[in-house]
Amino acid sequence: MGALIDIRRASKRFVKGRETITIFDKLDLVINEGDFVAIMGPSGSGKTTLLNLLGGIDRATEGEISFGGVRLDQLTEGKLSGWRAANVGFIFQFYNLMPMLNAARNVELPLLLTRLGKGDRARRVQAALEIVGLGDRAKHFPREMSGGQQQRVAIARAIVADPKMLLCDEPTGDLDRKTADEILSMLQLLNREMGKTIIMVTHDPEAARYASRVLHLDKGRFIEQGAMA
Amino acid sequence: MNDFSIVLANLFRAKLRTSLMLVAIFFAFLIFGVLAGVQNGWDNIGNSGADNRLVTTNKINFTQPLPISYIDRIRAVEGVEKVTYANWFGGFYQEPRNVLVTFAVEPETYLDIYRSDFALTPAAEAAFLADRTAMVAGATLAEKNGWKVGDKIPLNSNIFTNKSTGKRVWDFTLVGLLEPAKEEANPNFVLFHHKYFNESVTFGQNTAGYALLRTVDKSVNAAVAEKIDAMFANSPAETATDTEKAFNKAFASQLGNITLIILLVVGSAFFTILMIVGNTMVMAVRERTREIGVMKTLGFRDGRIFRLVLGESLLLALLGGLPALGLAAVMLGMIRQLVALPGLELSPPYLALGLLFMLALGLITGLIPAWKALRLNIVTALGRQ
Repeated sequence: MGALIDIRRASKRFVKGRETITIFDKLDLVINEGDFVAIMGPSGSGKTTLLNLLGGIDRATEGEISFGGVRLDQLTEGKLSGWRAANVGFIFQFYNLMPMLNAARNVELPLLLTRLGKGDRARRVQAALEIVGLGDRAKHFPREMSGGQQQRVAIARAIVADPKMLLCDEPTGDLDRKTADEILSMLQLLNREMGKTIIMVTHDPEAARYASRVLHLDKGRFIEQGAMA
Repeated sequence: MNDFSIVLANLFRAKLRTSLMLVAIFFAFLIFGVLAGVQNGWDNIGNSGADNRLVTTNKINFTQPLPISYIDRIRAVEGVEKVTYANWFGGFYQEPRNVLVTFAVEPETYLDIYRSDFALTPAAEAAFLADRTAMVAGATLAEKNGWKVGDKIPLNSNIFTNKSTGKRVWDFTLVGLLEPAKEEANPNFVLFHHKYFNESVTFGQNTAGYALLRTVDKSVNAAVAEKIDAMFANSPAETATDTEKAFNKAFASQLGNITLIILLVVGSAFFTILMIVGNTMVMAVRERTREIGVMKTLGFRDGRIFRLVLGESLLLALLGGLPALGLAAVMLGMIRQLVALPGLELSPPYLALGLLFMLALGLITGLIPAWKALRLNIVTALGRQ
């Protein structure tokens, strides 16, 4: 498979008072379509910042970031929103579901950004919930579900619009081992069976085992460790 | 699901908080609705009266009497078609708080001039003219006091004493009920014979409170008024003649600056609501910072987020305000049955003003949180627990 993401000489710096903090400097990275990449590294190494750049919710101070040939660093905020809606599914550590919406409506949210009609949206939502094994919990609210179930709903929300790439920020950080393994198996399945390119930030070496490629980010540089599983 | 579903779900996620805000908005608009109805009634008093009717009062003010001899002299003025006169009785029934709008009138001419405003049956009119102790009353007023045609009714005055009894009470026979002859008329008063009044009062005999005249055409009003006032210039009782509308307006203004009172009350209520709802909306949206960040991450654009937040405050204002205006309209209808104030209703202009206030409330209270949501940086929002 060809390159989906191409990062060239990307730098990210923050100005804090009189001090300029460099998160990473002139970083290069290529991620192919269909990869399942785990990004590991100590706290403050810039893992989440890198994920934010890949997801188009933050911008590099300098350098180029391309996704399927599209230069993300050249898109306006509005176009970047549209690009995210069409191409990226996000999975967060704390699920980030809308507490006032039931599971089905949470999953439906990204579809409100498409031209799909009500019937099509309902069919897609049900299919996504079936994939994560929660077809019978559509009417349940987040407060009525366990952490694992909430993360499954978040995964359903991430895949419902059929994006090419899933970005996962510590997706099992708030779950017990057994539930974490279930979630990771599901991500692996989505990668293998549905061809989703997955980039996962994690502290957990066990979680990284599910990835096909592991990158270690430290002091602003990547150390590739290859597949752990 | 659509954007409205999201707005609705967000609005009712904290049911107690939203309910309290709705109650606050409801009462603010209820106050507005009722007071706007009162204002409308007051406006109506100022605008009531026929175009070709004039009122002549004592120039000092309308509480001072006019000699009854003036009436015939006014009748002789060119351009005057009909003249009648009336005297304020200061009436009440049984209890001083049960005030009745009561006039001692010259029945034949009074009924003739007001025939386009209210009506008596021919039999009632004949009975009224035939008996100097007869009285007629508005049908609503009679019903409220439990009066029936034929009843002997003692009416008290808080001004005059009946010299035949030495008491401030007069006995009347109710011979007819006044019905409105047009929509805006509300004959919620009592009329009786000035002759009966004149012969039994202990002071003020042969005087009238005011003369009311109908001109041949409204185009001669100014000339007629000028002639009448010139005729009585330099006399012990100089006159001031004006249109009936102007007289009604001046009468209404004697009771105080109702518009200013209403403005102050409504203004205070709205300012308080603005602060409460505005502050609560800012806090409510601030609590949702992370969720807004997530929605932006999913691809919701800034403008859409702005509309969702603004829609919430607009919906809140409408949900609180619309039922309040509905209840105000019902309450005004009930009050209208009890008091003599035609036009006591939520008229379309005031209804539109109420809707405008709702939109303004929604926009003003929603603008700051919506703007904050629009400007929210995703990374900052997601980093906030």
